Amino acid sequence: MTNNKPVTPESQNTFNSVIEINNLSKGFAEQQVLKNLSLELHNGENLVILGKSGSGKSVLIKCIVRLLNSDYGTIKVLGENVNELKSKGLAALRKKIGFLFQSGALYDSMTIKQNLEFPLIRIKKKLTKMERNKKIEEVLENVGLANTLDKMPSELSGGMQKRASLARTIIVDPLIMLYDEPTTGLDPVTSDGISALINDIQKKYKTSSIIITHDIECARATADRIIMLKDGEVYLEGTIDDFENSTDELIQSFFKE
Amino acid sequence: MEKKTPFKKVTISPLVVKEQVIRLGEKTYKKTQEANVFFVGIGDFILFFWQTIKETFSLSFEFNEFLRQCFQIGNKTLPLISVTGLIMGGVLTIQSRPVLADFGALSLLPGMVASSIIREMGPVITALICAGKIGSGMGAELGSMKVSEQIDAMEVSSTHPIRFLVVTRVLAATLMIPILVLYADALGIMGSWAAANIKGSVSFVLFFNQAFRAIDFIDFFPALIKTFFFGAAIGLMGCYKGYSAGQGTKSVGIAANSAVVLSSLLVIIIDLIAVQITDMLL
Ligand SMILES: Nc1ncnc2c1ncn2[C@@H]1O[C@H](COP(=O)(O)OP(=O)(O)O)[C@@H](O)[C@H]1O
Ligand SMILES: [Mg+2]
Repeated sequence: MTNNKPVTPESQNTFNSVIEINNLSKGFAEQQVLKNLSLELHNGENLVILGKSGSGKSVLIKCIVRLLNSDYGTIKVLGENVNELKSKGLAALRKKIGFLFQSGALYDSMTIKQNLEFPLIRIKKKLTKMERNKKIEEVLENVGLANTLDKMPSELSGGMQKRASLARTIIVDPLIMLYDEPTTGLDPVTSDGISALINDIQKKYKTSSIIITHDIECARATADRIIMLKDGEVYLEGTIDDFENSTDELIQSFFKE
Repeated sequence: MEKKTPFKKVTISPLVVKEQVIRLGEKTYKKTQEANVFFVGIGDFILFFWQTIKETFSLSFEFNEFLRQCFQIGNKTLPLISVTGLIMGGVLTIQSRPVLADFGALSLLPGMVASSIIREMGPVITALICAGKIGSGMGAELGSMKVSEQIDAMEVSSTHPIRFLVVTRVLAATLMIPILVLYADALGIMGSWAAANIKGSVSFVLFFNQAFRAIDFIDFFPALIKTFFFGAAIGLMGCYKGYSAGQGTKSVGIAANSAVVLSSLLVIIIDLIAVQITDMLL
């Protein structure tokens, strides 16, 4: 289970698009959530996916890490077809992907330190205790939570929980980050902080990211490229300028707020 | 309906037939769906069971979490089991005493009570209490972790949630419930001695000698073995129900509740099977 191929920046660069989704469909019972969706995430970019609540954004990124099985279509991540991977291959691939949950999903029976230690111990098995502690402090510092080591998640504010969760995700050095509504439910100032953090992480850890949001400010701050979903399909794709200058009613309504 | 006439000629219009057929179809569909859900549930459980077994024999074992769970199980149930154990022994004694006295067989009392405690009452009552306390606790805890996406977070970070959460809990329950049963048995016999002492004093040593003379290895061993299965069943059901909780906070309650119901039921069924097997073998 150990001994995965070492992933160096070089091997990362061999993929021009780190995620490639073709004709993805996914439904639950009678409801078709994603319809024939295709998109690409290029190496090193921040791709923002916009869409109303319930438009299937979370379902989309859950399919990417196979928390949900897609019904139809292919998903290639770092050159591997996600749906065809066996459990070992899937586990190896998931180690290269960071997933920030909408709710944060901090382990509520553990302190912040234990939360960060949890993936670190199990994935970076070679680190000594000292190295681990150093890494934890460093990452917490990076997300601006230096003095919360021994706090429980319930003792932190919503914004701090998001940051802690982000710290837990980036501590294992993922190549790809998937953010599920990182700024939803936070006040504008805190949101700006998180958006800035997303940009910092992209620079510092050289990740490629998909950022799911319906928060235009967050999209403005982070996006290299934007894809808008509507009814499970790609409605429009472009840069932030394309979106701002669009005369389309739906997009206008999004950007007016 | 139109006017009521006592003898109305029944005319069957094709429309009514069609409606009935559709209703029948819908009902059948609904029933098949229910059956479907049931079988999918069983399939799900088998898959979950298989994954748990696989992870149990994986090389890395979450020893600290296992110890923590063992401690939790003991810590949560000890007071409850102490009280129930004592009362169980006492009640059995008080109830059997008059009957035995009628037959002039009062000296058989310690042996009889001890044997019924060790064979049946101790294991089953302790297991049922644990099903209520431990099973629901596991169902609620894992259920809330599932609902708040903590289990998904472990899953996507390749940190093996079944290994960390389920294997440790199932093994802890499998180990701890036999220990708790032995403890409850001991307290039950003490309770019995205390109750026997209410009417006429019996020396502690004499009582215990009489009690243990009546118990064979044959009584003791099958009863002990089945408690391991009780423990495993409670742990598995609690974890399975929590782990497969649906969405929304309501599912946490449902998970806890069905964990208790199913693990209690399993305890009774395993007991029945165990009795049959012991009966066949001896
Ligand atoms: N596990 C599930 N089971 C059934 N339906 C689901 C599930 N997950 C999501 N859905 C449905 O899929 C639709 C899209 O959900 P989601 O992707 O969470 O929306 P959002 O874009 O707000 O993230 C919703 O209508 C939701 O009810
Ligand atoms: Mg969502």
